[in-house]
Amino acid sequence: MSETTEDVLVDARELMCPMPVMAATKAARRMEPGQILKVMATDKGALSDIPAWAEANGHEVVEQETVGTDLVFFIRTGTPD
Amino acid sequence: MTAEPVTTDQSALTEDDVRRIVKEELGTALRKDTGMRTGAIVASKGTLDWAYPPLILANAAAAVGMQVSVFFTFYGLNIVHKEFERKLKVDPVGNPAMPMPVPMPDLVTAMPGMVSVASRMMKKKFADKKVSSIGELIETAREMDVRLIACQMTVDVFGYEQSDFLDGVEFGGAAAFMAEARKSNLTLFV
Repeated sequence: MSETTEDVLVDARELMCPMPVMAATKAARRMEPGQILKVMATDKGALSDIPAWAEANGHEVVEQETVGTDLVFFIRTGTPD
Repeated sequence: MTAEPVTTDQSALTEDDVRRIVKEELGTALRKDTGMRTGAIVASKGTLDWAYPPLILANAAAAVGMQVSVFFTFYGLNIVHKEFERKLKVDPVGNPAMPMPVPMPDLVTAMPGMVSVASRMMKKKFADKKVSSIGELIETAREMDVRLIACQMTVDVFGYEQSDFLDGVEFGGAAAFMAEARKSNLTLFV
């Protein structure tokens, strides 16, 4: 289990594409740059979607782990351009 | 008056520093490029299965930071009609790709009532798999400020009124859509 602690948690488990990134987007919009967003998902598409989404928005995936069927991402929010 | 020339200690900058700086600056400039940040999608089909792709793609485009417009035209108007739940159906006839619980001859799938059976089956299958409903996708799209534009010409041809459509739907013509689309690197016809 990760030692990283999050500022905001998005539990998108069981949700299917595109809802995990939509939930992450809504959360990230309300966060300050540099905060940590934790996203949990079970949709295997999230493995490629969350990193692509983060990169496109200037966020950074700082840690990623798989716990059972849960895909867990820790994302440091970037500065909006 | 001229600005003081900026002097930097050239020896302090390594090649790697320069590469990193150029990469960062390019990344920032590209993210600000209007073409990369704008998307235009045409939704022309009015069945339950074809209602999904334009809405999913519009939402995903908004999630990666794009301003998206979806132009609903011809049968695609069904998607933003107030009665979309009733109007969006799927028909097994002429759709050999549609999976059936048991193999069925075409004559059976053409029987009266099969369209609503197939539509219910598809909605249930999607709900079981936790795929969002069309209503949820439309609601999320609105939260993401996706512009939903109904084609005025086809609204008139089909005898609809503007009040027949969901709140927040805009009305426009092909030229208005093209004026948006020409600024977008992403244009999709569904």
